[in-house]
Amino acid sequence: MSKIGVFICHCGENISATVDCQRVAEELSKVDGVAYSIDYKYMCSDPGQTLIKQAIKEHNLTGVVIGSCSPRMHELTFRKTCAEAGLNPYMCEIANLREHCSWVHEKGEATTEKAISLVKMLVEKVKKDHPLTSIQVPITKKALVIGGGIAGIQASLDIANCGHQVILIEKDPSIGGHMSQLSETFPTLDCSQCILTPRMVEVAQHPNITLYTYAELDSVDGSIGNFHVTIRLKAKSVDPKKCTGCGTCSSKCPQKKIPSEFNAGLGTRTAIYVPFPQAVPNKPVIDKEHCNYYQKGKCQLCKKVCPTDAIEFDKPDELLKEDVGAIVVTTGFNVLKTDFFPEYGYGKYKDVITGLQFERLASASGPTLGEIRRPSDGQIPKKIVFVACAGSRDPAKGIPYCSKICCMYTAKHAMLYQHKVHDGESYVFYMDVRAGGKNYEEFVRRAIEEDGVKYVRGRVARVYEKDGKLIVKGADTLLGGAPVEIEADMVVLATAGVSNNGAEQLAQKMHISYDSYKFFAEAHPKLRPVETNTAGIFLAGACQAPKDIPDTVSGASGAAVKVAGLFSQSMLVREPLIAVVNRCAPPLFSTCVGCFMCETACPYHAIEHEEIKNRNGDVIKTVAKVNPGLCQGCGTCVAFCRSKSIDIQGYTNEEMYAEVVSLLNN
Amino acid sequence: MEGTSREYNESVLALGNALDIEFEEIKDWNCCGATAAHSVNKELSLSLPARVLALAERQNFSEIVVPCAACYNRLTTTQYELAQDEEKKKRISEIIEMPYDGSVRILNVLQMLQKYAVDSIAQKVTNPFKHSVACYYGCLLVRPHKILQFDRVEDPQSMDTLMSAIGANTLDWAFKTECCGGGLSVSRTDIVSKLSGNLLKDAKDRGAEAIIVACPMCHSNLDMRRPEINKYLGEDIEIPVLYITQAIGLALGLEPEKLGIKRHFVNVNLI
Repeated sequence: MSKIGVFICHCGENISATVDCQRVAEELSKVDGVAYSIDYKYMCSDPGQTLIKQAIKEHNLTGVVIGSCSPRMHELTFRKTCAEAGLNPYMCEIANLREHCSWVHEKGEATTEKAISLVKMLVEKVKKDHPLTSIQVPITKKALVIGGGIAGIQASLDIANCGHQVILIEKDPSIGGHMSQLSETFPTLDCSQCILTPRMVEVAQHPNITLYTYAELDSVDGSIGNFHVTIRLKAKSVDPKKCTGCGTCSSKCPQKKIPSEFNAGLGTRTAIYVPFPQAVPNKPVIDKEHCNYYQKGKCQLCKKVCPTDAIEFDKPDELLKEDVGAIVVTTGFNVLKTDFFPEYGYGKYKDVITGLQFERLASASGPTLGEIRRPSDGQIPKKIVFVACAGSRDPAKGIPYCSKICCMYTAKHAMLYQHKVHDGESYVFYMDVRAGGKNYEEFVRRAIEEDGVKYVRGRVARVYEKDGKLIVKGADTLLGGAPVEIEADMVVLATAGVSNNGAEQLAQKMHISYDSYKFFAEAHPKLRPVETNTAGIFLAGACQAPKDIPDTVSGASGAAVKVAGLFSQSMLVREPLIAVVNRCAPPLFSTCVGCFMCETACPYHAIEHEEIKNRNGDVIKTVAKVNPGLCQGCGTCVAFCRSKSIDIQGYTNEEMYAEVVSLLNN
Repeated sequence: MEGTSREYNESVLALGNALDIEFEEIKDWNCCGATAAHSVNKELSLSLPARVLALAERQNFSEIVVPCAACYNRLTTTQYELAQDEEKKKRISEIIEMPYDGSVRILNVLQMLQKYAVDSIAQKVTNPFKHSVACYYGCLLVRPHKILQFDRVEDPQSMDTLMSAIGANTLDWAFKTECCGGGLSVSRTDIVSKLSGNLLKDAKDRGAEAIIVACPMCHSNLDMRRPEINKYLGEDIEIPVLYITQAIGLALGLEPEKLGIKRHFVNVNLI
């Protein structure tokens, strides 16, 4: 005879505001098999959990039903509580009274009735439940990090320094990401390259890190602890073992006018190229889309001049298979280009540039070697207008969010400009200055007070060219919206930070969630900021939302700790909610007839053949068997099985049927 | 269209005739309420255009052409707002005492030409319009973009495309969608002089020989208020302002008189 305990949580007012929790508890106490029923304000709190534990012991409960929030939230918590009181954790069921009832309905009789039905269903299920034991699977203690920007670099180094193997893949020819493009960094003005490049070298030299550049994720399957990934190593057309990085090939390449991605389009590169002199690895690749040989079938000049015969044309991409236990996604972000802005000239004015382009102008490794010269004629601009929030915080542009980094880098840009062009004048048009962060506000004040940057609170309505000048028309809202018109030599747009190209496809490949802006979603925005909803896949950096370097690096270290924590366990404990093919006494052995329809249906290749033999070793019968390490409990095989020989543990047909019947009996 | 902008009316009809587009007037049409209605009474500002649209429905028009940019704007806005709100739609239907469905397609003159004539115009050109022109769209044709959904809001192209088709050199200029001063023409002529003056000056500096418009309000401000504008600018700008229908009409070889070319304050000396 079952002795079920029912515990109804008020969830503060989240449930009790619309559901009469006391009545739910009372009604449930009348149900057959319920030995104890009670409601409480916070069932997940310490007194709440103690209440459950005591009840289990006092009433010798054989099963527990908690009416509370979603099982996603606290199933684990309550199962642990039950286990501590000596009850099998899988004899504890959660009725979702919050997301499925109180939050989505008005207060009223019907809402309470629904809550009662939901709990009753689970009571019927728990009566049919069987105690289950967790499955232990080995963990592959090797991590995959996707994206070699500062987030990926930091995460890789941290994991590697914990003694674990790391595979770092980067889609570009070099690691370094956006940070390698920056000039100085706020709020200390230390040179980005100087703090980044040593780490890039460390990654390349670390014994625990295997670096693949020009590589992308092709596919993933498996699950936490045991992912199977396929990495596409894009053909570089250069054999890195033979190449010495001498650079002769690049200097002879006839394709010289390709816009350089590293210089944000302000400089040019060749078709066989190293993105920048400090690249890691410092060996070239051939960009097939621009290479004369790949496009027209003729040239091969690089092959002729290469002293070590390292050029290898027409090699296909390689697919590399690896097993890893955890994945850290650090694929970064992008900024909008100027052609997104019709009011600022649709990208047709050469001297209207993005903040990222300004970084390249101000950088010692940039196209002007750090001199601020405008792209159109190479003159030093005497008047620059910086436009903050170009696209950001503008629902009409589809970007209602704040890009977070622009206020700070715009202040930095104006400051760097004033430091380099002493007689120059700079204006910053802003909505609000958002300088939350250590030493950030002081930095902005310094730009205004010490470097004389003129801050104008207002929006720029239009930028147009006239007589070699850029006319910037805006409003000064602190002067009652007075129209402002500035004749500038150059305009810098702090264009919005957006999700990186291909983010959506990558997320779908890995089955992780993403938001409407295609930024990857955290498992919980506050309490699980570096985890995804897919166990074993972690996030860091600006692939989650625009982030500055300190936030990115701390996130990356956070993700690394999560990976190291996972790897510190000897075995991974998995829920036993998997498929099982029944077994029974001879001569039947199993109701399975060995048709193996389940095998064709299983997406995880978890179905094995088991031969049942007699004492002489002769095969009597071949039946299906589920590999518990591979099964994900999706249930497809259950639907396919013609003889009803497979069930999902914890969700058996009998248990489901009990729930449905409970509803029908209402 | 029968008062201060007779020439627009005449040129639309003449051009329609030349391009085999037949027009029929909505019987018993009324004023759209212009700027006045929606600054005074919300329901009135919806009822007036709704009555015109309801009449069009009753008279079995599936599509109407609204040459005046302000009327086009008010009619489209009304259709949009009533489509968003069933309650409001019912209420307005009661006020105008007519069923209103909201199914009529509303076209401005540029959309009409794009839809029915863009291919044939180039073939029918007899006198290519070989002038540098500044195409001026103003506010009412393109804004608010969410409602009108016409052309690129900051840098519209439809008029430029049509003018290029008749041989004109269209200028890339900065004031395409700036305000001319609109209805302040009478009450605050000084503001109109300034706003219209600034845009006229930019067009002149960039070498415009004519300004092309598709809005009677813009036309009257740029043409009729030219003395005040010139006084404000301190120079005599003699660039004529033509409706797009006039410019295309001239290129197709229609008689200038039939296009109302002689009704302008600033003489059109382009022929």
